[in-house]
Amino acid sequence: MKFMCVFKKELRLYFGSFIAYSLMTAFLILTGYFFYTDMVFFDLFGDFMDITSSLWTYYFLDLRFVTMLILPLLTMRLFAEEKKLGTIELLWTYPLKDPHIILGKFFACCFIFFLMVFLTLAYPLLLSTVHQFDWGPPLAGYVGTLLLGATFIACGMFISSLTENQVVSAMSTYGLLVFFWFLTWNEEAIGTQVIGVVSQFSLFDRFQDFAKGVINSKDIVFFLLMTLFFLYLTLQSLESRKWRGIR
Amino acid sequence: MITVENVTKRFGPLLAVDQISFHVPRGEVVGFLGPNGAGKSTTMRILAGFFPPTSGHATVGGLDVVTQTHRVKQMVGYFPERVSVYPDLPVRSFLDFVAEAKDVPRRERKQEIARVIEACGLDKVSDRIIGHLSKGYRQRVGIAQALVHKPEVLILDEPTIGLDPEQVVEIRRLIRDLGADRTVIISTHILSEVSTVCDRVIIINGGRILASESLTELRAQLQRTRRLQVEVEGPESAIRGLLEQMPRVETVRSLELGVRGPESNGSAAFIVEYTGEDIRKEVSRALLQQGWGLLEIRALELTLEDMYLQLVQQSNGTGAGVYLAPATLVAE
Ligand SMILES: Nc1ncnc2c1ncn2[C@@H]1O[C@H](COP(=O)(O)OP(=O)(O)OP(=O)(O)O)[C@@H](O)[C@H]1O
Ligand SMILES: [Mg+2]
Repeated sequence: MKFMCVFKKELRLYFGSFIAYSLMTAFLILTGYFFYTDMVFFDLFGDFMDITSSLWTYYFLDLRFVTMLILPLLTMRLFAEEKKLGTIELLWTYPLKDPHIILGKFFACCFIFFLMVFLTLAYPLLLSTVHQFDWGPPLAGYVGTLLLGATFIACGMFISSLTENQVVSAMSTYGLLVFFWFLTWNEEAIGTQVIGVVSQFSLFDRFQDFAKGVINSKDIVFFLLMTLFFLYLTLQSLESRKWRGIR
Repeated sequence: MITVENVTKRFGPLLAVDQISFHVPRGEVVGFLGPNGAGKSTTMRILAGFFPPTSGHATVGGLDVVTQTHRVKQMVGYFPERVSVYPDLPVRSFLDFVAEAKDVPRRERKQEIARVIEACGLDKVSDRIIGHLSKGYRQRVGIAQALVHKPEVLILDEPTIGLDPEQVVEIRRLIRDLGADRTVIISTHILSEVSTVCDRVIIINGGRILASESLTELRAQLQRTRRLQVEVEGPESAIRGLLEQMPRVETVRSLELGVRGPESNGSAAFIVEYTGEDIRKEVSRALLQQGWGLLEIRALELTLEDMYLQLVQQSNGTGAGVYLAPATLVAE
């Protein structure tokens, strides 16, 4: 439980510097706007289609997009700021182990992200007051969103551990996430055999089933493994100071 | 308490610390002296467990800094050279985090934080955001951070730089007090700090140790050797010969003309090092007997600065440059 002190410190920093508030506000405004437009669409075509394919799928794909926009801004400071301020020198000379530091930071970001996502539950709740629907598909979508977000956070944290510049950190995270997205964008360019392999690793394609209201244990495992993979890379990146000898 | 054996640290091609070895017994306050880039901070970082040495062996309290880093970190309080604090946290929350990170039991945390706040004179600002404090106060927060959980070994990298004089005295007293039952390593550029705070001084340059001497030893040595500056009108080599033959004189060096200003044309000036009683009377009598004009004779105090500069410049190969401007050196 040693990571709790880092966890608490990160939350104090996020809420103390208004980063958390401003990102939450942006997240809620964007997701609210998308929910509204998706609702309008559902209102027009909902009579011909079921609610999952006409509302939830669109909504969760939009949520995925907003998540991709917001999370790099949340994770960019994780290690970059510590390096810039020199506070990494404190963390590394306190009796804290690298996994404590990494988990503390990771869970702090997850906490904030889960809080944001939790607040968006207000939209379906509002809808449920005027329209009866089955909660299964949207809940599946939310599970997927949380898993996807955790993976993005681990990815952003890894990139933040590589630089001491927050802007570079955020831009590179966008770069990597967009790369994961475009991995399967153009099937013709890559070729159908390759796409079969590549799409296995596309964070964005994996999310499709969740958006359609289906929870696949394979997909859950995939996201958890990806998250662990990036956490492991972060650990390696921190440990590299021992042989590289730089800050 | 601390042993360092043949420790080397490389940054790529750069050799920052080169095969240094020293030992610090429990309860000693050691001062690291050395010019910029000497390798002081690098050595301290190795001892604090920040990064391992490239080669060599270092132990703190009998624990190896490489294989038992975690336990070393529990024992060491470290104040980094770059004052590192979270500007967005209030002083108290920051120290709260530090106490938790350093495994201070929950029950004792409040008391421990109050103790370091008091010790570093932070009472008035304890609820303010660190980023809004003045530099000196941020520095004190940095020192407070190192003191949390009463570490047995304190490693303070230039702790008094940027503090107001009153606080400097305060912090030095604090270090002295802590040094009574703890091992302290401080690095500094202020030589008088070494003589007020330290039991021993280690002088480093170019990653190597030039001297490691106890302060009592050093003082005795400084008192043993005395110096005179003499300016005489007459034949330089003859004067030198005479001075060298005086009893108890150890060395005679010429002072270069340019340094003494334009009015000294036709005269020669020397620095005479000797031991024992004042020999100004004998020197002046001997010179006057030869019929040379004695323009100036003056005792120079040999200070820690002189010794330091002499050592460093010798190791840099710039020779006896220390003798060029002795007056300014004594000023401190
Ligand atoms: N992280 C690093 N990466 C590369 N080189 C470094 C690093 N840290 C220190 N150095 C180099 O190692 C040498 C010793 O540096 P160090 O910081 O130990 O000097 P110092 O004695 O503390 O000097 P100062 O009095 O200026 O604080 C310097 O040449 C410095 O440039
Ligand atoms: Mg230094």
